[in-house]
Amino acid sequence: MPNLRDYRDRIKSVKSTRKITSAMKMVAASKLRRAQEQAEASQPYARSMAGMLSRLSANVVINAASPKLLAGTGADQKHLIIVVTADRGLCGGFNTNAVKEARQKIYALEKQGKDVSIVCVGRKGYDLLMREFSDKIIHSFKDVFGKKGVEYAEAHKICEFILARFEAGEFDICSLVYNDFRSILVQEPSSLQLIPFQAVDGEAEDDAGDKDVEADKIKSPYSFEPTEEEILAKLLPRNLGVQIFRAMLDSAAGEQAARMTAMDNATRNAGEMIDDLTLQYNRARQAYITKELIEIISGAEAV
Amino acid sequence: MSNVINFELVSPAAKLVSESMYMVEVPGDDGAFGVAVGHCSLVSSLRAGVVRLHKEQGTSDVREIFIAGGFADVTAESCTILAEEAIDVKDLNKESLEQHLSDLAEDLEMSEETEDKLRVQAKITLTQAKLNAVSA
Repeated sequence: MPNLRDYRDRIKSVKSTRKITSAMKMVAASKLRRAQEQAEASQPYARSMAGMLSRLSANVVINAASPKLLAGTGADQKHLIIVVTADRGLCGGFNTNAVKEARQKIYALEKQGKDVSIVCVGRKGYDLLMREFSDKIIHSFKDVFGKKGVEYAEAHKICEFILARFEAGEFDICSLVYNDFRSILVQEPSSLQLIPFQAVDGEAEDDAGDKDVEADKIKSPYSFEPTEEEILAKLLPRNLGVQIFRAMLDSAAGEQAARMTAMDNATRNAGEMIDDLTLQYNRARQAYITKELIEIISGAEAV
Repeated sequence: MSNVINFELVSPAAKLVSESMYMVEVPGDDGAFGVAVGHCSLVSSLRAGVVRLHKEQGTSDVREIFIAGGFADVTAESCTILAEEAIDVKDLNKESLEQHLSDLAEDLEMSEETEDKLRVQAKITLTQAKLNAVSA
């Protein structure tokens, strides 16, 4: 009978675990929808800005007077890597994948003799990296992913932090490592160079469509006020903020999708475990009944 | 050719306005300019100021939106304004802005580091611009 009680207890505890994982899955699903909506709502701004930048970059010759955010410092020695992860766990391989990608990048850079420093966005990244690289982590942004989603103000804060360090000459090249949201099932760790800014060809023309671009060229060439350089100087820091914001939105959506998948698997596994345990419990119960019957019958026969 | 342009006001988080307008007044860095259909293609940076939207020709129903700086992308048929911060002028509260301004003035006196002073000064300039928009 202790056996039977043990089985019953185990079944009860796994059932309550299953309830929790099932609830977490549904919460993650609704948060995912909100995160995807946020990501979509941010696209018009990002696309317009990319369009402006590509038009400006086409007209500007990079020389010594160009903004450093575009031209770079000229050196390649000091690298800053921003690692974006989630604040909480229970999302499958999401956090470890991003950190693995970051780690590989860091090893590769160190092999080339470069100096690397790290900024963590999200608690999990910090927890996973601090053991090995605590001397390289210069700052960690925690709890930036709010309940209502990602606020632009948070991305702005990170952007200001990076810009201040860049102005002070603390690094030459800045890259961002995050999980790119490809689909609900696939989140792929990607890396993106933020400083110096790298124009992605064809990105700006996407929304206008090729024929519009041709029409633009025929219609009238763009003029710039006050000057290309002044606009670029103002635009590049803003663009940095937008890129960080988009990466955070992608990461937030990916986190919820990963958690939904992980909790779905956990719920299913718990269900299987309950079925297995129930079978064993029934077997044990029947064995006990048979034992009792045998005892009664053999007792009766002895009399 | 129609006489309206496609106007959009976009912030990083969402598209705030997407309507067709007859004419839009934009606070450019080099001076305010008006955009109507047929305007030459232009990219301009914007200072903190008021964007005035004229829905129809000669209408007195003009929507005023304060932006804390940004960029404008103008073509012959469209005008897109990118702004991180945009508030309808009718939603600005004169008293709370004046209170904010005097609070900031105190902060300026109390701050010692040049960095802090610069930051507070920037906030003061922005709040003053908002106040001007509301008083006009």
